[in-house]
Amino acid sequence: MAMSRDEIFEKVQEVLVDALGVDDDEVTAEATLMGDLGAESIDFLDIVFRLEKAFGIKVPREELFPAEGLLNNPDLVSDGKLTEKGLNELRENVPHTDLTGFEDDPDINKLPDLFTVNAIVNYIDGKINAA
Amino acid sequence: MRWIWIDKFVEFESGRRAVSVKNVTLAEEHLHDHFPGFPIMPECLMIEAMAQTGGILVGEARDFQEKVVLAKISKATFFDFVRPGDQIRLEVEIDMIAPEAASTRGRITREGQPIAEIDLMFSHVDQNLAGKKFPEENFVFTGMFKSLMREIALIGKPSDDASTESN
Repeated sequence: MAMSRDEIFEKVQEVLVDALGVDDDEVTAEATLMGDLGAESIDFLDIVFRLEKAFGIKVPREELFPAEGLLNNPDLVSDGKLTEKGLNELRENVPHTDLTGFEDDPDINKLPDLFTVNAIVNYIDGKINAA
Repeated sequence: MRWIWIDKFVEFESGRRAVSVKNVTLAEEHLHDHFPGFPIMPECLMIEAMAQTGGILVGEARDFQEKVVLAKISKATFFDFVRPGDQIRLEVEIDMIAPEAASTRGRITREGQPIAEIDLMFSHVDQNLAGKKFPEENFVFTGMFKSLMREIALIGKPSDDASTESN
Protein backbone atom coordinates (compact mmCIF):
# COMPACT_ATOMS: atom_id res chain seq x y z
CA MET A 1 0.00 0.00 0.00
CA ALA A 2 1.79 3.10 -1.23
CA MET A 3 1.32 6.36 0.61
CA SER A 4 2.34 9.85 -0.39
CA ARG A 5 4.78 11.77 1.78
CA ASP A 6 1.98 14.13 2.78
CA GLU A 7 -0.18 11.25 3.95
CA ILE A 8 2.73 9.82 5.91
CA PHE A 9 3.49 13.21 7.43
CA GLU A 10 -0.13 13.62 8.53
CA LYS A 11 -0.15 10.27 10.30
CA VAL A 12 3.23 10.89 11.90
CA GLN A 13 1.94 14.24 13.07
CA GLU A 14 -1.07 12.57 14.66
CA VAL A 15 1.16 10.03 16.40
CA LEU A 16 3.38 12.76 17.83
CA VAL A 17 0.43 14.87 18.96
CA ASP A 18 -0.93 11.88 20.88
CA ALA A 19 2.39 10.67 22.26
CA LEU A 20 3.81 14.02 23.29
CA GLY A 21 0.72 16.09 24.03
CA VAL A 22 1.75 18.84 21.60
CA ASP A 23 -0.35 20.84 19.14
CA ASP A 24 -0.60 20.01 15.43
CA ASP A 25 1.13 23.20 14.39
CA GLU A 26 4.15 22.51 16.60
CA VAL A 27 4.87 19.32 14.67
CA THR A 28 6.68 20.77 11.66
CA ALA A 29 9.00 18.75 9.45
CA GLU A 30 12.06 20.45 10.95
CA ALA A 31 11.03 20.19 14.61
CA THR A 32 13.43 18.19 16.76
CA LEU A 33 11.78 15.57 18.90
CA MET A 34 13.52 16.40 22.11
CA GLY A 35 14.38 20.07 21.78
CA ASP A 36 11.22 21.38 20.12
CA LEU A 37 8.63 18.80 21.08
CA GLY A 38 9.92 17.93 24.55
CA ALA A 39 10.26 14.17 24.04
CA GLU A 40 11.98 12.22 26.82
CA SER A 41 13.57 8.81 26.47
CA ILE A 42 10.42 6.82 27.31
CA ASP A 43 8.55 8.85 24.67
CA PHE A 44 10.74 7.34 21.95
CA LEU A 45 9.38 3.92 22.82
CA ASP A 46 5.87 5.30 22.98
CA ILE A 47 6.35 6.76 19.49
CA VAL A 48 7.65 3.44 18.17
CA PHE A 49 4.63 1.60 19.64
CA ARG A 50 2.23 4.11 18.08
CA LEU A 51 3.95 4.12 14.67
CA GLU A 52 3.72 0.34 14.52
CA LYS A 53 0.00 0.57 15.11
CA ALA A 54 -0.67 3.53 12.83
CA PHE A 55 1.19 2.08 9.85
CA GLY A 56 0.77 -1.62 10.59
CA ILE A 57 4.51 -2.23 10.35
CA LYS A 58 7.23 -3.56 12.62
CA VAL A 59 9.63 -0.85 13.73
CA PRO A 60 12.82 -2.14 15.34
CA ARG A 61 13.63 0.58 17.82
CA GLU A 62 17.33 0.63 16.96
CA GLU A 63 16.51 1.19 13.30
CA LEU A 64 14.45 4.32 13.82
CA PHE A 65 16.37 5.72 16.76
CA PRO A 66 19.83 4.18 16.46
CA ALA A 67 21.16 6.57 19.08
CA GLU A 68 18.85 5.03 21.65
CA GLY A 69 20.44 1.65 21.02
CA LEU A 70 23.92 3.06 21.47
CA LEU A 71 23.01 4.33 24.89
CA ASN A 72 22.39 0.81 26.10
CA ASN A 73 25.93 -0.31 25.41
CA PRO A 74 28.46 0.57 28.12
CA ASP A 75 31.29 0.16 25.58
CA LEU A 76 29.96 3.05 23.58
CA VAL A 77 29.00 5.43 26.35
CA SER A 78 31.18 6.61 29.16
CA ASP A 79 30.49 9.34 31.67
CA GLY A 80 27.51 10.68 29.75
CA LYS A 81 29.40 11.03 26.47
CA LEU A 82 29.81 8.80 23.46
CA THR A 83 33.20 7.15 23.27
CA GLU A 84 35.17 7.26 20.01
CA LYS A 85 33.83 3.81 19.26
CA GLY A 86 30.31 5.05 19.95
CA LEU A 87 30.77 7.98 17.59
CA ASN A 88 31.96 5.69 14.83
CA GLU A 89 28.95 3.49 15.32
CA LEU A 90 26.66 6.51 15.11
CA ARG A 91 28.31 7.74 11.88
CA GLU A 92 27.60 4.35 10.34
CA ASN A 93 24.01 4.25 11.53
CA VAL A 94 22.93 7.72 10.47
CA PRO A 95 24.93 8.47 7.32
CA HIS A 96 22.53 11.25 6.27
CA THR A 97 22.61 13.19 9.49
CA ASP A 98 24.95 16.12 9.94
CA LEU A 99 27.02 15.41 13.03
CA THR A 100 29.15 18.54 12.85
CA GLY A 101 29.15 20.25 16.20
CA PHE A 102 27.93 17.15 17.95
CA GLU A 103 31.29 15.45 17.39
CA ASP A 104 33.06 18.13 19.40
CA ASP A 105 30.93 17.45 22.46
CA PRO A 106 29.24 14.07 22.09
CA ASP A 107 27.05 14.54 25.16
CA ILE A 108 24.41 11.82 25.01
CA ASN A 109 21.75 14.26 26.16
CA LYS A 110 22.11 16.02 22.83
CA LEU A 111 21.67 12.85 20.78
CA PRO A 112 17.90 13.05 20.44
CA ASP A 113 18.26 16.55 19.00
CA LEU A 114 19.67 14.91 15.89
CA PHE A 115 16.27 13.40 15.25
CA THR A 116 13.58 15.44 13.61
CA VAL A 117 10.00 14.84 12.49
CA ASN A 118 11.34 14.65 8.96
CA ALA A 119 13.66 11.81 9.94
CA ILE A 120 10.65 9.76 11.01
CA VAL A 121 8.78 10.55 7.78
CA ASN A 122 11.87 9.51 5.79
CA TYR A 123 12.14 6.29 7.71
CA ILE A 124 8.47 5.36 7.26
CA ASP A 125 8.60 6.39 3.59
CA GLY A 126 11.53 4.04 3.03
CA LYS A 127 9.84 1.28 4.98
CA ILE A 128 6.44 1.19 3.25
CA ASN A 129 7.18 2.59 -0.19
CA ALA A 130 10.47 0.86 -0.96
CA ALA A 131 9.02 -2.63 -1.12
CA MET B 1 6.70 -3.01 45.30
CA ARG B 2 6.89 -1.66 48.79
CA TRP B 3 3.32 -0.72 49.50
CA ILE B 4 0.04 -2.09 48.28
CA TRP B 5 -2.84 0.11 47.27
CA ILE B 6 -5.28 -2.34 45.74
CA ASP B 7 -7.21 -5.03 47.63
CA LYS B 8 -7.23 -8.02 45.33
CA PHE B 9 -7.29 -9.22 41.76
CA VAL B 10 -10.58 -10.67 40.56
CA GLU B 11 -9.51 -11.54 37.01
CA PHE B 12 -6.08 -12.22 35.54
CA GLU B 13 -5.26 -13.34 32.02
CA SER B 14 -1.50 -13.70 31.72
CA GLY B 15 0.02 -11.19 29.31
CA ARG B 16 -3.39 -9.81 28.30
CA ARG B 17 -5.60 -8.24 30.92
CA ALA B 18 -6.35 -8.03 34.62
CA VAL B 19 -9.05 -6.67 36.88
CA SER B 20 -8.51 -5.59 40.47
CA VAL B 21 -10.71 -3.93 43.07
CA LYS B 22 -10.06 -1.37 45.77
CA ASN B 23 -12.36 -0.57 48.63
CA VAL B 24 -12.27 3.04 49.76
CA THR B 25 -12.74 3.69 53.47
CA LEU B 26 -12.83 6.65 55.78
CA ALA B 27 -10.20 4.81 57.82
CA GLU B 28 -7.71 6.11 55.21
CA GLU B 29 -6.35 9.12 57.03
CA HIS B 30 -5.64 11.28 54.02
CA LEU B 31 -9.36 11.39 53.19
CA HIS B 32 -9.92 13.58 56.25
CA ASP B 33 -7.70 16.22 54.71
CA HIS B 34 -8.81 15.64 51.14
CA PHE B 35 -11.01 17.46 51.80
CA PRO B 36 -12.26 18.40 55.30
CA GLY B 37 -16.00 17.72 55.29
CA PHE B 38 -15.84 16.46 51.68
CA PRO B 39 -13.75 13.29 51.56
CA ILE B 40 -12.91 12.11 48.04
CA MET B 41 -10.20 9.74 46.79
CA PRO B 42 -7.31 11.76 45.30
CA GLU B 43 -6.97 11.25 41.54
CA CYS B 44 -3.23 10.63 41.89
CA LEU B 45 -4.02 7.62 44.07
CA MET B 46 -6.36 6.28 41.40
CA ILE B 47 -3.38 6.47 39.05
CA GLU B 48 -1.31 4.61 41.66
CA ALA B 49 -3.96 1.89 41.89
CA MET B 50 -3.94 1.56 38.10
CA ALA B 51 -0.12 1.52 38.06
CA GLN B 52 -0.08 -1.35 40.57
CA THR B 53 -2.74 -3.30 38.66
CA GLY B 54 -1.01 -2.74 35.32
CA GLY B 55 2.50 -3.09 36.75
CA ILE B 56 1.76 -6.55 38.14
CA LEU B 57 0.11 -7.59 34.86
CA VAL B 58 3.19 -6.42 32.93
CA GLY B 59 5.57 -8.00 35.45
CA GLU B 60 3.81 -11.34 35.40
CA ALA B 61 4.00 -11.40 31.60
CA ARG B 62 7.79 -11.75 32.01
CA ASP B 63 7.59 -14.00 35.08
CA PHE B 64 8.53 -11.10 37.36
CA GLN B 65 12.08 -11.13 36.00
CA GLU B 66 12.01 -7.47 34.95
CA LYS B 67 12.03 -4.46 37.22
CA VAL B 68 8.88 -2.77 36.05
CA VAL B 69 8.51 0.91 36.91
CA LEU B 70 5.92 3.47 35.91
CA ALA B 71 7.48 5.65 33.24
CA LYS B 72 4.71 7.69 31.72
CA ILE B 73 1.08 8.64 32.26
CA SER B 74 -0.09 8.81 28.66
CA LYS B 75 -3.65 9.67 29.59
CA ALA B 76 -5.65 10.26 32.77
CA THR B 77 -9.22 11.46 32.48
CA PHE B 78 -11.63 11.48 35.41
CA PHE B 79 -15.42 11.50 35.22
CA ASP B 80 -16.66 11.35 38.81
CA PHE B 81 -15.60 11.54 42.46
CA VAL B 82 -14.87 8.42 44.48
CA ARG B 83 -16.10 8.54 48.08
CA PRO B 84 -15.63 6.48 51.25
CA GLY B 85 -17.68 3.29 51.05
CA ASP B 86 -17.18 2.98 47.29
CA GLN B 87 -15.59 -0.04 45.67
CA ILE B 88 -13.75 0.77 42.48
CA ARG B 89 -12.96 -1.78 39.80
CA LEU B 90 -9.74 -1.34 37.82
CA GLU B 91 -9.58 -3.01 34.41
CA VAL B 92 -6.31 -2.96 32.53
CA GLU B 93 -5.08 -4.51 29.32
CA ILE B 94 -1.64 -4.67 27.77
CA ASP B 95 -1.58 -2.56 24.65
CA MET B 96 2.01 -3.30 23.59
CA ILE B 97 4.88 -5.11 25.27
CA ALA B 98 8.51 -5.06 24.11
CA PRO B 99 11.82 -6.07 25.73
CA GLU B 100 12.33 -2.53 27.05
CA ALA B 101 8.85 -1.41 27.98
CA ALA B 102 5.10 -1.92 27.88
CA SER B 103 2.04 0.25 27.49
CA THR B 104 -1.35 -0.40 29.06
CA ARG B 105 -4.88 0.89 28.66
CA GLY B 106 -7.15 1.03 31.66
CA ARG B 107 -10.51 2.12 32.97
CA ILE B 108 -11.93 2.51 36.43
CA THR B 109 -15.61 1.94 37.17
CA ARG B 110 -17.89 1.96 40.22
CA GLU B 111 -20.95 -0.25 39.88
CA GLY B 112 -20.61 -0.05 36.13
CA GLN B 113 -20.36 3.75 36.03
CA PRO B 114 -17.23 5.25 34.47
CA ILE B 115 -14.83 6.88 36.94
CA ALA B 116 -11.62 7.24 34.95
CA GLU B 117 -9.61 6.25 31.89
CA ILE B 118 -5.90 5.84 32.57
CA ASP B 119 -3.27 4.79 30.00
CA LEU B 120 0.26 4.14 31.23
CA MET B 121 3.73 3.17 30.08
CA PHE B 122 6.08 1.01 32.10
CA SER B 123 9.82 0.69 31.66
CA HIS B 124 11.83 -2.48 32.20
CA VAL B 125 14.62 -0.55 33.85
CA ASP B 126 17.39 -3.09 33.35
CA GLN B 127 16.82 -2.86 29.59
CA ASN B 128 17.11 0.93 29.58
CA LEU B 129 19.38 3.51 31.19
CA ALA B 130 22.61 1.75 30.28
CA GLY B 131 25.57 2.25 32.49
CA LYS B 132 23.42 2.73 35.58
CA LYS B 133 23.64 -0.22 37.92
CA PHE B 134 20.55 -1.39 39.76
CA PRO B 135 20.56 -3.89 42.61
CA GLU B 136 20.56 -7.52 41.51
CA GLU B 137 17.48 -8.42 43.47
CA ASN B 138 14.14 -7.40 42.06
CA PHE B 139 13.20 -4.52 44.32
CA VAL B 140 9.93 -4.02 42.46
CA PHE B 141 8.47 -7.49 42.87
CA THR B 142 9.35 -8.61 46.35
CA GLY B 143 6.57 -11.15 46.63
CA MET B 144 4.58 -9.18 49.19
CA PHE B 145 1.94 -8.44 46.57
CA LYS B 146 1.25 -12.13 45.97
CA SER B 147 -1.65 -12.14 48.44
CA LEU B 148 -3.46 -9.96 45.91
CA MET B 149 -3.61 -12.95 43.60
CA ARG B 150 -5.18 -15.20 46.25
CA GLU B 151 -8.54 -15.50 44.52
CA ILE B 152 -7.50 -15.85 40.94
CA ALA B 153 -6.20 -18.75 38.94
CA LEU B 154 -3.72 -17.64 36.32
CA ILE B 155 -5.23 -18.13 32.90
CA GLY B 156 -2.86 -19.07 30.13
CA LYS B 157 -0.05 -20.33 32.33
CA PRO B 158 0.22 -23.62 34.19
CA SER B 159 0.22 -22.99 37.92
CA ASP B 160 3.46 -23.81 39.77
CA ASP B 161 1.48 -25.24 42.65
CA ALA B 162 -0.32 -27.73 40.45
CA SER B 163 2.92 -29.29 39.23
CA THR B 164 4.36 -29.78 42.71
CA GLU B 165 1.19 -30.93 44.37
CA SER B 166 1.29 -34.38 42.80
CA ASN B 167 4.31 -35.33 44.91
